[in-house]
Amino acid sequence: MAIQQTEAARRVAEATTISLSRGRKDVRRRKIFAYVVLSIFGFLAFLPFYYMFLMSLDAKAGFGALDWPPQLIPSWKWDNYTTALGMMPFGRFFINTFILTLLSVSGAIISSAAAGYVFARIRLKGKNALFIIMLATLMVPPQVTLIPQFILFKHLDWLNTWHPLWVPNWTGQAFAIFLYRQYFMTLPTELEDAARIDGANPLRIFLQIFIPLSKPIIATVAIIVFVGSWGDLLYPIIYLRDQELYTISVGLAFFRGAQGINITALMSVGMLSVLPPIIMFMLMQGYFVRGVVLTGLKQ
Amino acid sequence: MQVRGSGGAAAASAGPVNPLRGLRQFLGRNIIQEQLWGLLLMLPYLINLLLFTAGPIIAAFLISFTNYDLIRRPEWLGFENYTLGATDKQTIAAFKNTGYYVLWYVPSSMIISLLLAIGLNERIRGITFYRTLFFLPVVASGVATALLWRFIFNKRGVLNWVLDLFGLDAVQWLGFEMALNSIIIMSVWQGLGILMMYWLAGLQGVPQHLYEAAEIDGGGRWAKFRHVTVPMLTPFVLLLMILGVIGSFQVFTASYIITGGGPGYATLTLALQIYRMGFENFRMGYAAALAYMMFLAVFIVTMIQWWAQKYWVHYE
Repeated sequence: MAIQQTEAARRVAEATTISLSRGRKDVRRRKIFAYVVLSIFGFLAFLPFYYMFLMSLDAKAGFGALDWPPQLIPSWKWDNYTTALGMMPFGRFFINTFILTLLSVSGAIISSAAAGYVFARIRLKGKNALFIIMLATLMVPPQVTLIPQFILFKHLDWLNTWHPLWVPNWTGQAFAIFLYRQYFMTLPTELEDAARIDGANPLRIFLQIFIPLSKPIIATVAIIVFVGSWGDLLYPIIYLRDQELYTISVGLAFFRGAQGINITALMSVGMLSVLPPIIMFMLMQGYFVRGVVLTGLKQ
Repeated sequence: MQVRGSGGAAAASAGPVNPLRGLRQFLGRNIIQEQLWGLLLMLPYLINLLLFTAGPIIAAFLISFTNYDLIRRPEWLGFENYTLGATDKQTIAAFKNTGYYVLWYVPSSMIISLLLAIGLNERIRGITFYRTLFFLPVVASGVATALLWRFIFNKRGVLNWVLDLFGLDAVQWLGFEMALNSIIIMSVWQGLGILMMYWLAGLQGVPQHLYEAAEIDGGGRWAKFRHVTVPMLTPFVLLLMILGVIGSFQVFTASYIITGGGPGYATLTLALQIYRMGFENFRMGYAAALAYMMFLAVFIVTMIQWWAQKYWVHYE
């Protein structure tokens, strides 16, 4: 309703603007200007990916040297992709990254939602203090916790395994908990009151009322964690030693240092590695946009 | 909404003689039950706090006063790691580079993304299309895009080719003078999309009636921007500044992949230095001390921003 109202108000305002002073021309000029600026920057945002695509299909560039002048039209040498995948176990790295990302995303979605729900709705002693502590930890750079975590995982004998990369996600992530909490606070209490009177316990209310209502925020958290964990370098590079455990990021970083860099191979694998998060974003962007608007950033 | 299988818990606590006492009992039990449920649902995060965040934050502080290589017993050093951090040439370079990076990255990315958000807010067609374009760099994995930019910045890369087309001299993008700037350019490219979306959320939150009021007062477009949009956006400016500083202090992948911190120490960032000291040289104590120095720097800058807000942030 509020949206309709502002929408109406906006139209009225626009109508007055048009009739009063500067006229239709001005609005059009502004729009054209917006299109121009957005198109220029959008083009610049996209161009590097096109260059990557070109290099991945390049027929000439090979070891170390780039084409001069660069090709502007792809030479469609799809062999580069199969060659690249044969050079290192990149297929394996992709599967590894998929599994790890899936484990991280599902864990972060579930456990963060639970904590966010408690912060938003449950009368738990000391939860306000806990919330402030949580916000404070958001300010602490991950570099601080990196070393004790490493020592902890060493004692658990988890070095050179995937556990350090996904298990912590199953205990929640502070920013995700924050997003959930902000979102849950905006939901009306009537539904849960009714359920409560019916004797439903908090877990049930959480699972059957809150979770079904929180698609935008689940999508938002999913995208953020997916992108973060898919592209992460710092943690996997610290914990993974054996090549068969590598993620695609570690594989690329490692491969980059190999003798006589093969540009086309590197860019082919690069192309493949940027696609999954992009597809994920495209599929979920509607929810994501709503999630961002609905949570912390609008108050 | 009907919750299936309801009444179970209610029935268990029902059957009172005195309805009022029964209600009180029911509520009392409910609160205790609720506490227990709350604790249960909070348990994962409590474990997180203990093992992965708050616990390690305290542990890192203690480790930072020691000499520890993961094999021999840690040895107490006092402030030695910190004095070393404040005097070591390499670390000082890392601090300077990180400061320079934050100082340039945060304002430039914020200004450009605000410009884009204002454009998108003009209610033009194809918002989804533009948003997707600007989000490609945000979501694409950092290692792949960093490798890509290494070729773009190459002596024979496209960037120099474009300069050549315009008859300009080639630039040593990854040379000593320019490398850090190049990394900043790449980071801005990478960060625009998400910032733009935050700005857009902010712009759409500006109440329309303020614009109308400004119009009635005879305010033109510039006046409306200056006296309505800008003040209403100041809380967002503060938020994005704080988040931007915290995030950009941690820049790692770009300099690790593109330049490896070089040439010399030209692009050595704090996060990279901490990684090297901790996980290449296994000087855990020193790395922890550097992490704490980084934290302190972030903390001071954040506090200054928080304190200064009363001079410029506008609250309704």
